[in-house]
Amino acid sequence: MARAVSTRRKWIATAAAWVVALVIFFPIFYMVVTSLKTEPEAIAGISLIPSGTFENYVEVQTQRDYFKPFLNSVIISLGSTLIALLIAIPAAWSMAFSPTRRTKDILMWMLSTKMMPAVGVLVPMFLIFRDTGLLDTRIGLTVVLTLINLPIVVWMLYTYFREIPGEILEAARMDGATLMGEIVYVLTPMAVPGIASTMLLNIILAWNEAFWSIRLSAANAAPLTAFIASFSSPQGLFWAKLSAASTLAIAPILIMGWFSQRQLVRGLTFGAVK
Amino acid sequence: MATRQTRTLARLMMAPAVVLLLIWMIVPLSMTIWYSFQNYNMLNPAMRGFAGFFNYVYFYTDPAFYQAIINTLFIVVGVLFITIVGGIALALLLDQPIFGQGIVRILVISPFFVMPPVAALIWKNMIMHPGYGVLADVSRFLGLQPVDWFAQYPLTSVIIIVAWQWLPFATLILLTALQSLDEEQKEAAEMDGANFVNRFWYLTLPHLARAITVVILIQTIFLLAVYAEILVTTNGGPGYATTNLAFLIYRTALLSYDIGGASAGGVIAVVLANIVAIFLMRAVGRNLDR
Repeated sequence: MARAVSTRRKWIATAAAWVVALVIFFPIFYMVVTSLKTEPEAIAGISLIPSGTFENYVEVQTQRDYFKPFLNSVIISLGSTLIALLIAIPAAWSMAFSPTRRTKDILMWMLSTKMMPAVGVLVPMFLIFRDTGLLDTRIGLTVVLTLINLPIVVWMLYTYFREIPGEILEAARMDGATLMGEIVYVLTPMAVPGIASTMLLNIILAWNEAFWSIRLSAANAAPLTAFIASFSSPQGLFWAKLSAASTLAIAPILIMGWFSQRQLVRGLTFGAVK
Repeated sequence: MATRQTRTLARLMMAPAVVLLLIWMIVPLSMTIWYSFQNYNMLNPAMRGFAGFFNYVYFYTDPAFYQAIINTLFIVVGVLFITIVGGIALALLLDQPIFGQGIVRILVISPFFVMPPVAALIWKNMIMHPGYGVLADVSRFLGLQPVDWFAQYPLTSVIIIVAWQWLPFATLILLTALQSLDEEQKEAAEMDGANFVNRFWYLTLPHLARAITVVILIQTIFLLAVYAEILVTTNGGPGYATTNLAFLIYRTALLSYDIGGASAGGVIAVVLANIVAIFLMRAVGRNLDR
């Protein structure tokens, strides 16, 4: 009897959850469907079955040179992530393994730099970039994205490193390992999963960053965020093609995001919710 | 001796991150404050000099400023309300045993990974468009007049789009918190005859309080700075109907070339964000002690 009730309850919950999930996902699904339609089909009312043309994907490349902003996005998000990791790993490491009285204050202060609204420093950043010739360069955007994500990277790594038990270090030391030996042979293997998830989350954040990447770039260094935003009034590129470009722009990150749900919670709440 | 060596090494390892963030924090911000007291319009570069509080007075007394502050508040409060209430409901639903939980989770979390310009354009063109949008098709099917969302309810439309992007975030965090709720406590309450409403009110909600606080604070920081969604859909209009503080500063700086005025606005934005930040730091800091 009890089991019958709970099975029924499970079915009701399942139905409700699926309906809500499909409604939430619908705009993304519909974008993918539209990307497979012809232009007249795309504005001909709801239809969930496209004629299945891949022409839009081809035209996005041939007409608009999709590959260029895509490459910019890859270079900028990977570059800023790697640089941030290079700077953050030693910092998080020393804070996790030889904390001082001020470690907590330093961590909190780093986090506070993340709270600064971008518009608050838009003017000086724009002028600095203009005067140093960094406007519309991949280097400039990489530097800015490194800086804005650095606090999150330090924090995430710190929360991972802190979970590595200190006794292992002591044991290694007893066995005569040097500090370098400790780092290379003992800690690094244990830290790899944490570093990998930090990297994943940071690539996602950098890829989707849409304030600095739109404002500080133009034709040359524009990543996908700026490329897509430039179609806010669709002249020439119509909905089906815009959908194809959008699908290509979000697909890699969407897939990465699916694999990093847990890390996402941890990274974005600075370890406050695990 | 070894410890001193370790300590020096630790400082050295920390130095690059600290120095870089220090520069990043101090240099642009002090420039913003400096410019906010200067007469500086890029269209009229000859007229420069100390302006006193003129830029602040100018920015404050601009009628657009009040509207921008109100719009900013509406966006923050509106999106928070939708995402917190919706997020709690969704988290409770997803916490039930259901078939295909993994796929449902993936579907629900997806909007968070969609870059803002794409999210805004999907909604603008394919969902809310008065002629060809899905909502218009549905209204016509029901025999109703299609709604011209961005003309009739511009701010509401922006709020809906931004809420769609942030609902997954709230849901995911609340769900994670919900799953750490002690199963035995729930059973004990059930045995004592507490009904669903009571269990939710006296057990689940207090347990979620921390997570809700964190969601509110983190989202507020991002919501104060909503930009791309507005740029792509309404460009701040009609009039100033969807111009928030971030967008107004961008307009002043890069469309009116008024460096002084935009800087004064920037200082206000920084002060606003800092008020929120203080609360967030406390919530996060408390967790660090445990």
